Amino acid sequence: MELICPAGTPAALKTAIDAGADAIYCGFNDETNARNFPGLNFSRDELREAIALAHRRGVKILVAINTFPRAGAVSLWHRAVDDAVAAKADALILADVGLLEYAASRHPAQRLHVSVQAAAANADAIGFYTETFGARRVVLPRVLSVAEIAAIVREVTCETEVFVFGGLCVMAEGRCSLSSYATGQSPNMQGVCSPASHVAYEQENGRTKSRLGGFTINSFEIGEAAGYPTLCKGRFTTKYGTGYIFEDPVSLDAATLLTGLRDAGVTALKIEGRQRGRAYVEGVVRHFRQALNALDSGRPIDAGQLTPFTEGQATTVGAYRKTWR
Amino acid sequence: MQQNSRPSLFLHKLRQGSLLYSGTMTFSKVTPPASSHLSVPPLLALAVRPLPLPPLQTVLSIVLLRICRSHPKIFDRLGEHARKRFGIEPTDLPFSFLLEPAPPRPRLSVVRDLPDDLDARISSSLAGLFGLVEGSLDGDALLFSRDLVVEGDVAAVLALRNAIDDAQLDPVAEIAGMFGPLAEPLKRVLQVARTVASVSDRSRKGI
Repeated sequence: MELICPAGTPAALKTAIDAGADAIYCGFNDETNARNFPGLNFSRDELREAIALAHRRGVKILVAINTFPRAGAVSLWHRAVDDAVAAKADALILADVGLLEYAASRHPAQRLHVSVQAAAANADAIGFYTETFGARRVVLPRVLSVAEIAAIVREVTCETEVFVFGGLCVMAEGRCSLSSYATGQSPNMQGVCSPASHVAYEQENGRTKSRLGGFTINSFEIGEAAGYPTLCKGRFTTKYGTGYIFEDPVSLDAATLLTGLRDAGVTALKIEGRQRGRAYVEGVVRHFRQALNALDSGRPIDAGQLTPFTEGQATTVGAYRKTWR
Repeated sequence: MQQNSRPSLFLHKLRQGSLLYSGTMTFSKVTPPASSHLSVPPLLALAVRPLPLPPLQTVLSIVLLRICRSHPKIFDRLGEHARKRFGIEPTDLPFSFLLEPAPPRPRLSVVRDLPDDLDARISSSLAGLFGLVEGSLDGDALLFSRDLVVEGDVAAVLALRNAIDDAQLDPVAEIAGMFGPLAEPLKRVLQVARTVASVSDRSRKGI
């Protein structure tokens, strides 16, 4: 299985190469990708240089252009597709059907991947992308069990890629409006969930309060582990009590499921975290490279060592093992 | 460690007397930090308290200029946030830093107390801040474990973090490089100190 690693900066990209990535995904420094954070991502020149470097090292670069074009501003997304192709990207990761159509018709030789943002969660939906646009791979939403993934793989003609580590969305990707509700901006359109410009941390009576767009979404005791300041990981009071009503602050770690994912026929394993620093990229990529080496040679996989990198300092296997069913 | 178990990984709590963002750009007093083996020992912190700041100020000013000259892309990543004023507070030292990166004259001042009119404040142990600068620690992970406190303009802090992380700074080499023939021995001393802190940190975090 291929190891697909995140890079938010050229330095992180070099780190991912050194740590053992087979392919690296990254995006332009604008709203065309779903990690549009301040100081992050690649200029056109940086992307060209990054792709050249990666190719010299035998690593592929996948360019994420995975937000949904705004009416009246579609040219920004078209330009991103054209520039990524010109920079010799190995694949484009797209979500919007209009953009997929543009890429497929303008650049028929370009390899296309269907982004997790497209939320293609069954064989019929995936079949639409492969038959209509010639998509070669689909990144599966993080709502499927390993058994469901195996069933999909049996039915589809394209490759499949699944997340194995990092932040989790409890909502169907590409369809969540929580951030938009609180801030007017969303990962789907502006490429940013819970934009930093709308986040505030405040100290009150010995507790740290996190606010998003003016809404208080959590309150932490001194020393209590925290997560990202997103509404889905907010702690709220209802008539049933106070707690995490959508999702706990916890990160995905599917290292213990690698055997099952391989047996299911998955092509590639993806690490979330283009917004993270070089230390995260180095630590997580190297860990999963070692895990895949262990898997290939039949040795036991060392799991559970990445907790310090995780939200809430805790991990889960998420929907891969649906214990609530 | 799965499904919401929460190991005790927390190093630093907020220091009594420090100033925190309260939503209207005024800062309020907060509770003291717990001691940790990553912190500067309290006796050492006490010992450096009476030392004059100008020599440190001189060294840091030169280091900042060298870094800005050799890593101009930092300003591309900072963008509009280069004009912000950042208060950087090592929670285990008796002084702080005021960073004003705006070109053409970026400034890093050493102060006993940070001013109130900051755009953002960043607080962590000296080892935590050092790890962020050299890229050996992940900022989000430090936030999750509450070893890093960010207040004020979070977007500006994010831009600064990403700009520094991409620059691949080597503060040890930058500092040692100022001391001519003493550079190599000084570099070795600083590297030993950094290695000890790094090993301690990785051991503490179990990675």
